Amino acid sequence: MRHFLDFEKPIAALEGKIEELRHLGGNSGMNIAEEIGKLQSRIDKELAQTYKKLGPWEKVQVARHPERPKMVQIIEHVFDEFIELSGDRAYAEDYAIIGGMARLRGRPVVILGTEKGSTTEQRVKRNFGMVRPEGYRKAIRLMALANQFNLPVISFVDTAGAYPGRGAEERGQAEAIARAIQSCLGLKTPLISAIVGEGGSGGAIALAAGNRVVMFEHAVYSVISPEGCASILWRSGDKAQTAAEALRLTAQDMHALGVIDQIVEEPLGGAHRNIDTALQNLATSIEAQLQDLSVMDAEALIKDRREKYLNMGDKALI
Amino acid sequence: MNWITNSVLPKIKALVQSSDVPENLWIKCPSCSQMLFHKDYQEAFNCCSTCGHHTPLAPEERFKLLYDADSYETLEVSVRSDDPLKFKDSKRYPERLKATRTKTGTQDAIAVAKGSIGGKPVVIAAFDFRFMGGSMGRTVGDGLLLAADTAVAENAALIVVPSSGGARMQEGILSLMQLPRSILAVEKVREAKLPYIVLLTHPTTGGVTASFAMLGDIQLAEPGAIIGFAGRRVIEETVREKLPDDFQTAEYLQEHGMVDMVVARTEQKQQIDAILSMLMEARAA
Repeated sequence: MRHFLDFEKPIAALEGKIEELRHLGGNSGMNIAEEIGKLQSRIDKELAQTYKKLGPWEKVQVARHPERPKMVQIIEHVFDEFIELSGDRAYAEDYAIIGGMARLRGRPVVILGTEKGSTTEQRVKRNFGMVRPEGYRKAIRLMALANQFNLPVISFVDTAGAYPGRGAEERGQAEAIARAIQSCLGLKTPLISAIVGEGGSGGAIALAAGNRVVMFEHAVYSVISPEGCASILWRSGDKAQTAAEALRLTAQDMHALGVIDQIVEEPLGGAHRNIDTALQNLATSIEAQLQDLSVMDAEALIKDRREKYLNMGDKALI
Repeated sequence: MNWITNSVLPKIKALVQSSDVPENLWIKCPSCSQMLFHKDYQEAFNCCSTCGHHTPLAPEERFKLLYDADSYETLEVSVRSDDPLKFKDSKRYPERLKATRTKTGTQDAIAVAKGSIGGKPVVIAAFDFRFMGGSMGRTVGDGLLLAADTAVAENAALIVVPSSGGARMQEGILSLMQLPRSILAVEKVREAKLPYIVLLTHPTTGGVTASFAMLGDIQLAEPGAIIGFAGRRVIEETVREKLPDDFQTAEYLQEHGMVDMVVARTEQKQQIDAILSMLMEARAA
């Protein structure tokens, strides 16, 4: 059973009708193909119209959709081979980040990505994609491995933010994030980051200070969650929608502000409606970005990142 | 209501307030409630003579506390007044900036100065918590870059004194981008093999701790300062447990291995001088 978002109600109703027809057709033997075809084209039209004009708050819902492609699926669909590597060598393994070596259309790379989990059990194991210090320290360790063996790094971000917990604070959450950003900036090989779902604040930029940053069409990227922003600036969590609009967190705004380099198109009705197509688009985008960077040596790559982030903030929305 | 009441009067008030005339002769310590003679309290750089409580210190006072007498000059940070996101909560961002500038008499949440400590060249960038909670937007990033570039150009040590709630929400994603940007600033100092000291003061949280503020060669903290990534309330709501009373204090961080030492204001200049002597002497040799 598909999970429908609030603004998808008309689509849910049409899909319900198709189900009903299929059920009826199966019993009566009448020809329903034509009717289903008509309904399907209405659904497609409705989806196209709805998703073309999604507002920031609706995009937040899509980005958080429980069926949105996760790191586990990215590994399966984008990469040919995967060797998972675990642990920070200091304290623990953090399941909220998956890391290891993989092949991108044949080419060996190091990959890192936050994973929210798809079932209740998985979500608990993955801490809902909220990373602890050991997760960022694992990322730092894998970036060092990439440096050592001249492997590009591809990072994927889908997190509400770094985990706000007692142990996380005691083990230096802030320091771990700061060092992870420092590692991204100092990497001697290409770093391509993809914002695939939620790009939540410090927990996101920790992995995403790349040479190139790509972002799914309906993903969001923000300094604070709309709910958090609303409770601070409007003193009411109910104003999350207003805050989402004010924060300019869409891929389109990110592109206009020069924060990301490319928007990756999602299939009709969002990435969750056709995961394979979505992830093939993502793979194609990453491969092209990597191709562009492959002419640069270590010094040029570091300089490229440095200039990118030093100059950021000079562009404004019109 | 006219331009005099709206614009001129607040400016005059700001001018008067920033002078040395104390509003009250006596001041109550916010921690132990002891009544303190204002002049003594100021001379002790906002420290309570009874309980030792450290109340936030404005950048200008911090410079006086740390620098050799008459050795420093403040540097002008280029100020951004634009509104890249067209951000509006109860006020438009440019209006909020303007009102805060009028009220505080300062341009943004950072001040930069160069001078000497024990005769050694030092650049200090100090946050001003009174300015929108010391929040880090592009101007603060610019200030940190100015401080780092000046330190490198003048072969000086860099000291940053954060006091900030974190990133400036009104600049949205561009404030998050100050995390890598500020790290690049302090990396310049590191590459030049010049000392970079962080003096964490109350409060230092959010995106500021998750960037340059945790990357010092030496990490100092003021007694009692709250330092952390997530806020106490957010953590309590997430983990549903009561946190220790001293959670996220400078002393708690030292116990957990996150800072080198907790240093009272009375000792800071001497301690920094001693640290710089060691670091810079070996470097010169």
